[in-house]
Amino acid sequence: MPALLEVDRVSKSFGGVAANVDISFDVQQGEILGLIGPNGAGKTSLFNSISGEVVPDAGAVRLAGQRISGLPPEQCSLLGIARTFQVVRSFDSMTVLENVMVGAYSRLSRTRRAMALALETLEFAGLAARADTPAHSLTPAEKRRLEVARALATGPRLLLLDEMLTGLTPVEAQSGVQLIRDVRDRGITVMMVEHVMEVLLPLVDRAVVLDLGRVLTIGAPTDVVRNPDVIRAYLGDRYAAA
Amino acid sequence: MQTSITRRRRLELLIGAVLLVALALLPLPIHDVYTRNLIIITVLFAGLAQAWNILGGYCGQISLSHALYFGAGAYVSTLLLTRAGLPPTIGMFAGGALGGLMALLVGWPCFRLSGHYYAIATVVVGEIFFLLALNWDWIGGATGINIPYSRAIGDSWLWLQFRIDKLPYHYAALAFAAVAWLVAWLIEGSRWGFVWRAVKDDPIAARSLAVRVFPSKMAAAAISGALTGIGGAIYAQYVGYIDPDSVLHGQLSILIPLPAVLGGVGTLWGPLVGAGVLIPLSELTRSYLGGSGRGVDLMIYGGLIILVALARPQGLASLIGVRVRAPAGADDARAA
Amino acid sequence: MTTTIVLQVAVGGLLMGLIYALVAAGLSLIFGLMDVVNFAHGELLMLAMYATFIIWFVTGLDPLLLLLPVALALFALGVAIYHLLMARALSVRFNRGMVQIFVTFGLAILLRGAAQFTFGSDFQSIGTSWLANRTFDLGGVFIPVPQLAAGIVSLLAFGALFAIGRTEFGRALEATREDRDAVALIGIDRDRIFAFGWGLGAAAVGIAGVMLAIFYYVSPNVGANFALIAYVTVALGGFGSLLGALVAGILIGLVEALTALLIEPSLKQVGMFAIYLAVLMFRPRGLFGTM
Repeated sequence: MPALLEVDRVSKSFGGVAANVDISFDVQQGEILGLIGPNGAGKTSLFNSISGEVVPDAGAVRLAGQRISGLPPEQCSLLGIARTFQVVRSFDSMTVLENVMVGAYSRLSRTRRAMALALETLEFAGLAARADTPAHSLTPAEKRRLEVARALATGPRLLLLDEMLTGLTPVEAQSGVQLIRDVRDRGITVMMVEHVMEVLLPLVDRAVVLDLGRVLTIGAPTDVVRNPDVIRAYLGDRYAAA
Repeated sequence: MQTSITRRRRLELLIGAVLLVALALLPLPIHDVYTRNLIIITVLFAGLAQAWNILGGYCGQISLSHALYFGAGAYVSTLLLTRAGLPPTIGMFAGGALGGLMALLVGWPCFRLSGHYYAIATVVVGEIFFLLALNWDWIGGATGINIPYSRAIGDSWLWLQFRIDKLPYHYAALAFAAVAWLVAWLIEGSRWGFVWRAVKDDPIAARSLAVRVFPSKMAAAAISGALTGIGGAIYAQYVGYIDPDSVLHGQLSILIPLPAVLGGVGTLWGPLVGAGVLIPLSELTRSYLGGSGRGVDLMIYGGLIILVALARPQGLASLIGVRVRAPAGADDARAA
Repeated sequence: MTTTIVLQVAVGGLLMGLIYALVAAGLSLIFGLMDVVNFAHGELLMLAMYATFIIWFVTGLDPLLLLLPVALALFALGVAIYHLLMARALSVRFNRGMVQIFVTFGLAILLRGAAQFTFGSDFQSIGTSWLANRTFDLGGVFIPVPQLAAGIVSLLAFGALFAIGRTEFGRALEATREDRDAVALIGIDRDRIFAFGWGLGAAAVGIAGVMLAIFYYVSPNVGANFALIAYVTVALGGFGSLLGALVAGILIGLVEALTALLIEPSLKQVGMFAIYLAVLMFRPRGLFGTM
């Protein structure tokens, strides 16, 4: 089966610092793919290349065979890519419902329909009770959830989650994991950057490990976590032998 | 489907209707010419401020060239009347069309300038046309154009001329202001209203949600310019005389947005509250204190602007409970 | 239309352009620091001109001697405006950009009214000064000495501004300009820097005002015209760029003068505006703009 997303030898540097070097991997339709690696490995930069905020210096990104690298974020969104941000970017002057409506408006122009879709999405994401709350007064966990709901309202094929579960309490994190599973059950492919290993590894089907801008290894979570190179990258040489 | 949004909007419509009726009845018991004139000017400028608000408040493009569209409307309508014998009630729409067109022409190159560069570019564009008009004899140059009252026709709605009782001008201005308000209300609840606010709050997040702003900015400019042009045409008929100084001057480009800014930009009631407070105040200070040319009225006016801007930056409308946008992180000057 | 006449007009335009440049420099400084377009800038110029006029009127001192006192007075005024108004405008939580625009605009109206109140609206001019009514003959081209002196003083002032830029204070100014929020971390007191920036910007305008008062009329509304030219100059040169203000000012002065000569005097400003808009289409940040 052809991959939904192909990352083909993508490279990107910022001011002489190489953020991504020759990155290649596929994302299969319907899977939950984890993107992990130590700080500075180039994960968010890669996300930015996929969602259009950044144009890769070399290589290409293809969605269902169509080249999307080089297209601006607005177009990537229309083609089916949605994302959340590492630091939540909510529309603070608007309510929760209004935030999600902005996402809905990407494919519906009538307010009534956008509102209905937004309400339904909020229901799905478990935020329906907070529909009229101003976005700036939500808890951090709720804000993350809002970003997901807003992204979902655009009807994406691929959802990029940037550290959505980081900094949450264990209860909140489990709730978030369930939401991600529900998203996948809806037929949306998920790629997630995450630091919290205990939460990520049981959730994802496969994991791509980045280190210093390059792909270190790709595989099932149980294999990846035992890979000596991966351990070395995270913890240094002392633990590699264990 | 009932949500807080739909409930709020229904309430706004109700309040707007009540306000409209109140303003329609307001001048009836007043027979003092000066006061009636004050009311008409206030209502007209409320409409102009609301028209500006569509582009400057909701869409976030601080245009300081609206005198251009105002003047375009005034001149087109007047020239069509004096040279082609076209009634102003038709001519005003031609004036609006030119106003909208000019707004598009200014917007197209200028919208990609950011914040302050944009504001100054609009000031300069307005100034260019002001200077050109001063030198253009065909439209009257610095002398301007007089709009004679035709005794043969007499008082007429079609020709928008009323000799002694100026009350009908009030209704013309009120209709104009009501339309401007309604357009703002419609936009606020439409996709544009939402995406513009999103872009103001966080342009990067907005782009990730497929929000493309440029086409809607152009539309906002056209609507804002067209409405302003119509206002200019009404003004021309009311005053009976136009020249570049009175309808194209740069000062007007500041006076038009002022009620919106001090009343509350990007809100439905801000321009109305702002006009209701500012215009009577400035007119009154000018008549009571300004006559001697000693500048006291200017000092008070200037001081008032500073005071309101600093003490109540979210706008005066917030004092009467108008819902005010919570402070956004990305402010106007940094919008996409 | 002889070459001499064209040269004469061009030189006149160049000198005037140097004055525009100085006025613009003050504006650019303030903007570069705080992201504020000072819409009362023209009124600061007007006040400087009135100060010169009044002191001359009362004491008979030649305006050239008043350069330092007026510059200092304007410096103090700039600092005062910052502390009383702009500091508050900066800390506003809503609509900060528009509040800044309209606060300075309100200030402009207030100052104009105050000038009208204090001095009346009649045009005034300085009757006698050491420089007045002299011309300098440069190979057939007659240059009025007041304007020449104004140009020279302006260049000197630019030199001073560049020099200040190299001092520690100047570098703190530049650092604050680059990253307003981070400088607090390295011990730079933002408030003092901003106040100093405002003072310096106002002082620059003050110097321009003194020289202008020697040969230009003084009235409450005189600032408005120069202000517009200053905004255009700053935008053309690039907000925050001192060099940009200088180059753009000279360019604008030349274009204005030559347009008046070769096309039509009453359209002289259209020429400069057209150039400004044309440049902006290709370089939206102005010639030397970095922000």
